[in-house]
Amino acid sequence: MTVDPNVSGSTAETPGTESSSPETPGAPSKSAAAIDRARAQGRAALICYIPAGYPDVQTTIDAGIALARNGADLIEIGIPYSDPVMDGSVIQAATTEAIANGFRVSSIFDIVAGITAATDAAVLVMTYWNPVLRLGVDEFSRRLAAAGGAGLITPDLIPEEASQWLEASQKYGLDRVFLVAPSSTPERLARTVEASRGFVYAVSIMGVTGTRTAVSSTAEQLVADTRAAGAARVCVGLGVSNADQVREIAGYADGVIVGTALVAALRDGGVPALADLTTDLSSGLLPAGTEAH
Amino acid sequence: MATTPAASPQDHPADAFLSGATRPAEGTSIDAAAGPDTGTRADGAAGPAARTGSFRHAAGPYFGSYGGRWMPESLIAALDELEETFEKAKVDPDFLAQIADLNKNYSGRPSLLTEAKRFALHAGGARIFLKREDLNHTGSHKINNVLGQALLAKRMGKTRVIAETGAGQHGVASATAAALLGLECVVYMGAEDCRRQALNVARMQLLGATVIPVTNGSQTLKDAINEALRDWVANVDSTHYLLGTAAGAHPFPAMVRFFHEVIGEEARAQILEQTGRLPDAVCACIGGGSNAIGIFHGFLDDPSVRLYGFEAGGDGVETGRHAATITLGRPGVLHGARSYLMQDEDGQTVESHSISAGLDYPGVGPEHAYLADIGRVSYEPITDAEAMDAFQLLCRTEGIIPAIESAHALAGAIKVGQRLTADQADPAETIIVINLSGRGDKDVETAAAWFDLIDAETAAEASAEAVIRAADTAADQVSAAASGTPSHAAEANRRNGK
Repeated sequence: MTVDPNVSGSTAETPGTESSSPETPGAPSKSAAAIDRARAQGRAALICYIPAGYPDVQTTIDAGIALARNGADLIEIGIPYSDPVMDGSVIQAATTEAIANGFRVSSIFDIVAGITAATDAAVLVMTYWNPVLRLGVDEFSRRLAAAGGAGLITPDLIPEEASQWLEASQKYGLDRVFLVAPSSTPERLARTVEASRGFVYAVSIMGVTGTRTAVSSTAEQLVADTRAAGAARVCVGLGVSNADQVREIAGYADGVIVGTALVAALRDGGVPALADLTTDLSSGLLPAGTEAH
Repeated sequence: MATTPAASPQDHPADAFLSGATRPAEGTSIDAAAGPDTGTRADGAAGPAARTGSFRHAAGPYFGSYGGRWMPESLIAALDELEETFEKAKVDPDFLAQIADLNKNYSGRPSLLTEAKRFALHAGGARIFLKREDLNHTGSHKINNVLGQALLAKRMGKTRVIAETGAGQHGVASATAAALLGLECVVYMGAEDCRRQALNVARMQLLGATVIPVTNGSQTLKDAINEALRDWVANVDSTHYLLGTAAGAHPFPAMVRFFHEVIGEEARAQILEQTGRLPDAVCACIGGGSNAIGIFHGFLDDPSVRLYGFEAGGDGVETGRHAATITLGRPGVLHGARSYLMQDEDGQTVESHSISAGLDYPGVGPEHAYLADIGRVSYEPITDAEAMDAFQLLCRTEGIIPAIESAHALAGAIKVGQRLTADQADPAETIIVINLSGRGDKDVETAAAWFDLIDAETAAEASAEAVIRAADTAADQVSAAASGTPSHAAEANRRNGK
């Protein structure tokens, strides 16, 4: 595989501008590398979401390790937030419980470090923007990089408002995963692709997180449009809950993102149930008929 | 639009305290463009005299370093469509004529400017004038905005509007506009607010709206906004989000202000006509800040006019149970805009508290954040007790029952009147305009309980029953609609399918 760390060639970095940084600004994208490892095996990547601190920090570390050992290529740890406008009821309930249990934002770095110490999976943090602003964009980025994190998925941050994050992610070598939606215009797709690093997150439908019986056909078109706008890696999320849906999306996307179904499994059956579902979901990554079992 | 803000975002030092650092000390000017004697929060009205350029008609998306679009990508196309439609409409004579006609012949504008002579005796003897938004159709200023936005929704070809509401005033106004213009209307209202404002829940239902009680989080206005945003993401093709205050993502703050500018324009002309000169001060209550920005608009470029916004101080700002966002908040992003925000050390939104449902919001419109920083407007907290004292005072001195929201402005004006007349030989030389943003019919139960006129438990039980009925009705309507229109089906899926 080629080792272009960027989603788009137009975002090539300029190493050496931040010589005091503990990280190399031109360091390869951890997310891109994880997706490319899956691609080298002839399959799409599996990206699994769980919320931090649900029900406690140690469980999140254990759950993250279990995800990686059962087929997740990238792990997305969500920061519980008081006003999660892009989340449906299952994730809302989990993050509300995490906050009620005393979750603190600074524990996200312990969680990321705990998972990256034990696995090779790329670990991203999914966060609404205000908790990052409150800690400080540079400070958050520095600590995330030090913990071994790959970068951030930012559901309520668009490139136009992201100047601090563009700067900090460049400085610390972190991936910037912005979202594109079926409603995004070609101009916005191009702008978002250019600002992204690692991969672009395509939301499959117009809606919030939650399992759905069918994945909208608009997702495939959105992936094609996002690629046409210059993206090297496009992953699809929202509403994906079973191996059949994973298989369908893996047929056209570089990665498949699952959240709500995993959170429900963790809620109902703890880490063992989470591990079982991850194994099942990963069986959908290979083209139909190629399963060994 | 040739407005020139005195301070551009680039030179605005507010950025220096973006990431949760402490705010500048009280009285410290943080506006490089303002002189050393200007821009203090405690004495805000002094600043703009030395400034050039207009504060009126600020177009957004940024007000200083505030505002913007901190929103999911899924909604950006809808915001772009709304902005484009609004920008065309506001220079379209047909649209402006439509608004003017509805304002005059439906809402009852211009609203009166009433001198409150007996109330004024309690405000140091200053002359007090009330801008009577309480006399508008539906009982508050909210009608100005909903008519404008509902017309825009029609222009965009949308058939459904959704709204959040705190006190119920915006929900009632939205349901009214939807009924008038033939739009489907769904109103999200915190379950706690449904309890406090049971009569307004019934009003919305009478007007044909579906009211959905929101049980997430603090069950108040912010959670209703969250739920409305989730609805909007899922139904954006058919639906306009009729946001009720001058907050949220661009173009909402500038657009909502535009529809309320009529308050300030009327008030300015009326006070000149009645007194022959500009007032010394203009007072308004601030939740999200739409009635305040509407009346301030008329006077922003009159440097001699001091502007005061009164936030909900709840049990007192020292208790932590309040909604004094500008007084004690820090810059952050919530519901699409960067502004002052009540938040904890982790950036989690802190639940606000106020006897007034309409002010019970932990954020504030971004234009107010900017006007606070540059010192053009002074923002001060008013406690529940102060507001209720002023509420009773207006009832008994003027025969006007105000909304509890507006009572915060009345209480603030009493303080301002006493301060401004302190050294004056003739206190009647001081003129204060108060935006009486709404009437108190909806608050009779709350006030009666506060003043021990009725048994509070009985009142609470009656309200709880009303909420249960509202929830049942909403559930029935949603399930009945599941096999109905596409937007309803999508909503039912969204609510049941996770």
